[in-house]
Amino acid sequence: MLEVSGLDKRYPTGDHALRGVSFTIDGADAVFVIGPSGAGKSTLLRCVNRLVEPDRGTVRLDQLEITGLTGKALRDARRRMGMIFQEFNLVERLTVMENVLSGRLGYVSLWQAWRRRFPADDIDAAFVTLRRVGLEGFENKRADELSGGQRQRVGIARALVQRPRILLVDEPTSSLDPRTSEAVMELIVGLAAEDGIPALVNIHDVPLARAFARRIIGLRDGLVVYDGPVERLDGAALEQIYGGAILAETGERSRPA
Amino acid sequence: MNVTAARAWRPPSPWGRPWIGPVVWTAVAAFLVWNVVSLHVDPARIARGFARFGTVAARAFPPSFERLGILATGVWESIEMATLSTLFGVLLGIPVAVLAARNVVPLPVYAGGRLVITLARTFHELIVAIIFVKAVGFGPLAGTLTLTLNSLGFFSKLLAEQIETIDRGQIEAIRATGASRAKVLLYGVLPQVLPRIVGLTIYQWDIHLRQSTIIGIVGAGGIGATLYNAFARYDYDFALAILLVIVAIVLVGEAVSAIARKRVQ
Repeated sequence: MLEVSGLDKRYPTGDHALRGVSFTIDGADAVFVIGPSGAGKSTLLRCVNRLVEPDRGTVRLDQLEITGLTGKALRDARRRMGMIFQEFNLVERLTVMENVLSGRLGYVSLWQAWRRRFPADDIDAAFVTLRRVGLEGFENKRADELSGGQRQRVGIARALVQRPRILLVDEPTSSLDPRTSEAVMELIVGLAAEDGIPALVNIHDVPLARAFARRIIGLRDGLVVYDGPVERLDGAALEQIYGGAILAETGERSRPA
Repeated sequence: MNVTAARAWRPPSPWGRPWIGPVVWTAVAAFLVWNVVSLHVDPARIARGFARFGTVAARAFPPSFERLGILATGVWESIEMATLSTLFGVLLGIPVAVLAARNVVPLPVYAGGRLVITLARTFHELIVAIIFVKAVGFGPLAGTLTLTLNSLGFFSKLLAEQIETIDRGQIEAIRATGASRAKVLLYGVLPQVLPRIVGLTIYQWDIHLRQSTIIGIVGAGGIGATLYNAFARYDYDFALAILLVIVAIVLVGEAVSAIARKRVQ
């Protein structure tokens, strides 16, 4: 269970990215966060695993307060949160296998990491996960040889091999074409459901969110302006999130509710 | 009248005020003239020098390879110095480069790393060699230490700059797995800069080979010492042989370096 409460973040540049964001994710559903660029979606995700340091507020994962942790305790907490990125963020010059196994870095010693000698269980898990994302036989390819969709599958495998309690997914399809986007999104949502873990997914493609989401959180200027089932996300709600201009990309017409 | 004024357009002065330009240029010209006078740049003396150079050149031909043993010892010592100092330099230089890369260490550490690099770059290798000769005595040890220190100024600086240009996303992804700082360096940073490390190492060796031929002049070992002695004893034919060998070493070093770097890319 993820409990986010009163999360506030102002960057040194003056951008007030989050203004007291609160929500709870219970169960194993994927929750989709939508909102215009600069609404604070990326910051929110990164405050959850503390890649970005929030100014105020708390984040709890399975009762453990993440916001107070430092050093080893924080790294141990990060192991339990798998993250998937917009630009895939694979280590380009390493093999697919090394990229997937890097998901186990939090569990192995520095010596093991240096020698690339991961425990047999981790290697088994990596092979199984590669099969699950549809990349069987790709283990010795270098990450920079892959197509965008394949790279994102490696990114998904890297996150899953951590055996996380939650997936943090940042615009996973923004660098992909529409058909690949759909396949990748299906994979993320499907595999998270198989593993019985929730996913917190940032996305700006509203139709794609509608197709996969049951619950949607709408963020605007660092505030939660909508939090509810996808069925209630009507024109008025979208107008609340995106302001007057309902963008063409949302595929929606603004109409009074 | 307005039309005439418009046709007299001049580009705006880069100095802010139009009169500053001429003043600056006049000052620079005066400084140069004064330099020529105070340094006694005398055409007659230059002409006499050329004449004397002719005598030296005449006595240098044909180059003498008679004392091949001494020559070979000196050359070999230079190659050893260059190779060993490159190894030490890289082993020390990689950690220094990490400490001097703004995107992977906190500001105070970065300042310290930069300070080491700046200090290593401050003095020409000849000055450093003189100091090491005073400290550890004549011979190749002083030369090896000199070139190792030199690596911190060159190798570390360029590697640190490379580290500063790496893709942050890859680092972020490794951090997000719960990896420690050391593991982030190992998995997020090292793979991104490895080709550069290999390329710079070869380049550094090439440079050290060149430098090792000169620092012998102040007693720090290598072929330079042999060259200095040959000049001191007016053995111009032997000196020419040494110079030819240095040219050959540098060319071979450059060729090896070029081939190796091409293979790394």
